[in-house]
Order: sequence, then structure tokens, then C-alpha cells
Amino acid sequence: MSTTTVETSATVTEDRPAPAGRRRRARGERSLSASLAAHGILIAGSVVALFPVAWLVFLSLGPDKDDYLHPGGIWRKMTFDNYTFVLQHTNFFDWLKSSLIVSLGTTVLGVLVAATTGYAVSRMRFPGYRKFMWVLLVTQMFPVAVLMVPMYQILADLQLIDSYLGLILVYCTTAVPYCAWLLKGYFDTIPFEIDEAGRVDGLTPFGTFVRLILPLARPGLAVAAFYSFITAFGEVAFATTFLLDDQKYTLAVGLQSFISEHDAQRNLMAATAVLIAIPVSAFFYLVQKNLVTGLTAGGTKG
Amino acid sequence: MTVAIDRATGKRHGDRAPRPGLGQRLKHGYQKHWYAYAMIAPVAVVLGVLVLYPLVYGLYLTLTDADSLNTARTIGVNHIAATYEFIGLDNYKDVLFGPTAYDRFWSHFLWTIVWTALCVALHYCIGLGLALLLDQRLRGRTAYRLILILPWAVPTFVTVFGWRFMLADGGVINSVLGTLHLPTPLWLEDTFWQRFAAVMVNTWCGVPFMMVSLLGGLQSIDTALYEAAEMDGANAWQRFRYVTLPGLRSVSSTVVLLGIIWTFNQFAVIFLLFGTTAPDAQILVTWAYYLGFGQQPRDFAQSATYGILLLAILIVFTSFYRRWLNRHEQQLAI
Repeated sequence: MSTTTVETSATVTEDRPAPAGRRRRARGERSLSASLAAHGILIAGSVVALFPVAWLVFLSLGPDKDDYLHPGGIWRKMTFDNYTFVLQHTNFFDWLKSSLIVSLGTTVLGVLVAATTGYAVSRMRFPGYRKFMWVLLVTQMFPVAVLMVPMYQILADLQLIDSYLGLILVYCTTAVPYCAWLLKGYFDTIPFEIDEAGRVDGLTPFGTFVRLILPLARPGLAVAAFYSFITAFGEVAFATTFLLDDQKYTLAVGLQSFISEHDAQRNLMAATAVLIAIPVSAFFYLVQKNLVTGLTAGGTKG
Repeated sequence: MTVAIDRATGKRHGDRAPRPGLGQRLKHGYQKHWYAYAMIAPVAVVLGVLVLYPLVYGLYLTLTDADSLNTARTIGVNHIAATYEFIGLDNYKDVLFGPTAYDRFWSHFLWTIVWTALCVALHYCIGLGLALLLDQRLRGRTAYRLILILPWAVPTFVTVFGWRFMLADGGVINSVLGTLHLPTPLWLEDTFWQRFAAVMVNTWCGVPFMMVSLLGGLQSIDTALYEAAEMDGANAWQRFRYVTLPGLRSVSSTVVLLGIIWTFNQFAVIFLLFGTTAPDAQILVTWAYYLGFGQQPRDFAQSATYGILLLAILIVFTSFYRRWLNRHEQQLAI
């Protein structure tokens, strides 16, 4: 809830008449040099943040795969050929479809499964509560290496290697506990009085949850959904290992396939990278205000 | 039917009635808490099937000599049964104390520790610095903020390739260094520079998260505290030291823990930057992946052993971290 409260008290003190003699600075006001230094550092930081992405966009406009070695030449022969080639002659849309199926599947399953649990651990105390929370926490920090080998064996037994369902199930191992944590944090911010009012009016706890709390928790659900989506969308290790057919690759795997041992189509790769980056970052910027609030809700409450 | 909707979030001690018999307690517990259990059931089932079962299976694999040549597999229409054997704790003994254990495990272990510490320290310091700058009244503050979170907005697997083009031999970074008559290291080939590049790229990727979280923390500090400190004659450093830092403590302890876990488990950056070509720059996670899936024959048992060891390290670390926080009377926010 903190990102929206940007009130500073500086406006109050500004009007105070400066005392005679040596001029004193009001609160929140800085000397010119401090201001310049702040802008200087922020501009430098922005350049560092922006440059690798901008460079990728720039390289994607060069028609030849070795253009990255002589970027000066790109200015003269700038073209969108790479983009048309990627869209028409590669599996880009197949990859996009796979990515969307897997990510959306994970998101829907994760949020659906986790929602009631988030509510239960937010409102109810039951024997085993602390252990359960501990399990949720520990499951989120599983390194990929822990589950990869056994999962590979199990999915191979079930003929689920190289299938979307297999990958969705694997992603749910982290998405479900993660969503449960996030949603608990959000449910904690909804006043208990609402539950009590619902209970007084004769709703069952489940009814309270469905009819009163869920509609109020929509922003929290959105944040949980967004996090699961982004995590599944950008996952590399499992997707690289468990998908074999190059039509089923997700974008994260497909992008790697431009660089093989004997050939590196860097120009096409850059174009694909830009095509992926634009919608994802646009989406990210739309929801970014709510992100950290959801993640550290408990923390910023103090 | 009573359902415990319980406001107490802290520890609850005392006022326990004398314990009734086991059957009685089970029945009572069931009646009182069945709603809670029903509501956590979906997650419990999912975790049991998708996490617990593979985990146990993985544990079992670490006690065998399974690799891709002796596990059950289907080639064409022929199904070949598994022939791997139970060998007890030999894998652990071999990984931790075997003849070349230093090269295979401990060197990666040390590098992983250095990697995690360096990256999280850089994330935190740079993130805090930028957050402090953005917390002032400043022209163009929103614009700066939006640009600075760009590395977070673009998926890592995309930006790492951007860095790879920049760091490549003959790429833009070395061209610029060359024009400035500075040494042009082989970023993607020389061990030291590989590690340097990995830390650099990961720092670039991780700072925005810290910055935004800490900015949220800064803005939730009550401005009256700063005013009071100023009335008492505290200078800028003292205000930072005695108001800002304590005010950030709760957010900090959370994001640092998250940062440590994420960095320790960071797979994408190193894997995509070097593939399986740089054995000395691999941290434990990517090294375990290399053992299990990046080489032929695939050594499943050793890879699973690394996985279990990694998980053990993380669990021990997190337990100590939480205990340490509890001793200083802080609650973890996550």
C-alpha cells in the first residue's frame, strides 16, 4: 500500500519566511550541486538500464548476422527484414502459442488451487499451521536441480515429456505455494470485520470467502496471477530440458535455438527478442504499480 | 460447528485446558478445524503429489547409481527396464569427499557463496542508493523510475542475449574499451572475466526489484520522525543512520532473504550467458544441471545428489536467518 502514499511534508515548511541573515534551506530543498549530482547519477543509471535493451533493438535492424561486429554499418542499411523473416519463416507463432498455453495454464491452475488456502492461512489457526507455512516457504525456494531429475523420470514414465501438461504441472510446484503466500499477504490486509459481518448474517466460512472476500481481493488475485504468468513465461531450465519438439518450444527455448554450434543467426535472434520484449514489458508497465505492494505488503506495513 | 476465525497472528501460549485423550482430541480437532483443513486441502494435495513424491523419489535416486544408460527407457517400441542399483550413501561421500571433490563440488560451492554475497550486496547497495535519490522531490522522478525498472520489465532470457552480443569478442563493450586504450578482456572465455561478466549481468537484472521495494519502504517511513530528528539537530548522515535504516529494517530483511534465495538459485543468467561451455563459472545449480542433462551419459544420481545438498544448504541458511531475525524481534514479511 505504500507506493501510492507519496506525501512529503515539504510543502508545509516551504511557506515559512526565511529568517534574516544567512539564508536557510527549507526541508526537502537541496543545494544546486546536490541536485545536479542526483540528476547525474540517475541519468547514468538510466543509461546503464536502457543501453543493453536499446542495443538489442538497434542490432535487430541490421540485415546481416555479423552486423553486431560493425554496428556503425547498420545506420546505412537499416531494415525491418529480420522482423518479417521471423514472423513468416520461423516457428515464432508456434512458440508464442506454447508459451501462452503453458503460462496461462500455470496461472489459472495456480491461482485457483491457491485461493482457498491463502484465505484459510490468513484467517484460521489450526494445528499444524506453522508447519504448513514453513512447507509453503521452503517449496518456493527449491532450486531447479532438486526436482528436475525425479520429475524427468516420472514424466517420462507417464509419457508427459514434451507435452504442455507436463510443463504446467512442473511449474505448479512453485506457482502454487507462491500464489498461496502472496494471497495470504493480500487477504491479511482485508479487515476481519467483513468476515465477522458475513458470519453474523449467516454465511458459512466458505460462503464468506466466495461472496465477500474474493470480490474484494481482485487486485491481490491479479498480482498473484501476474507473478505466476511472468515466472512461467520466463522459465528456462525446465522448458529447455522437457520440450523436445521445436514446434512445441516456448519462446524462452526457441530464442536459444537461433544459436547452435555451427550457426548463429544473431540478427534474427535480436529481432525475435525484441518481438518478445515489447508486449511483455508493455504489460509489465501497466501493472508495475501493484507489484511490489503485493510482494512486500506485510513488510511495508511496518 | 465452530470455526476458528482467529485474530491472533503472533505466538499463542498458555491457557491450555488439561489434555484430553488422543481419540477425544482428534475428534475435537476435526470438529473444530475441518473447515480449515478442507480449504488447505487443494494445495496440500498438489504439493504432496507434485513436490513431496518427486522429492522422495529424488532422494531415493541419490542412493543409487542411476544414469541415462541404466534407467528405464523406451527406444522405438522396445522398453528397456531399469538396471541401476542401490549403493547407499556413496554418492554423497563421493561428491563431498571423493578424490576430485574440490574441483567438482567445493570450488563451485565457494564460487556460489561469493556469487551470492557479491550479487546481493551490489543489488542492495545500488538499489538503496537509487531509491534514496528517487525518494526526494526531483524533476522527472517518475521518468527516471520507469526507465530504471526496465531491466525488470524485460524477461531475463531476452536481456541476457543482449548482454551476450555486447560482451562477445568484437562486441560493443570491447570496441569501446579498445578505443579508450583499455584492456579488452575475453568476457565469455576467460574464467575470471566470465565470473565478472556473470555478476555484472545479474546485478543489472536484480537492482530494479530492490530499488522499487526499498522505495516503497522509504515512503512508508513517517516523515514526522525526520522532522523530530532534525529538531534534535541530527545531520543528514545521522538521520539516515538512525531513522532511515531502522525504518527500512523489515523490508530489508525480507528482500535480502528473497535476494539471497533467488541469486543462489539463479539459473537463467549463467546458463544463457555461457551455456555448458564454462565449467569454472558454473554455480552449483547450473553445475548440477550440467551433470544431469548437459553431458552424455547423463548422470542422474549425482545431479540429484547436488540438488538435495543445495536444498539442505538453503533450508539450514533460512532457518538460521529466521532465528536470527526472531532474536532481534523482527517478523519476516513474506
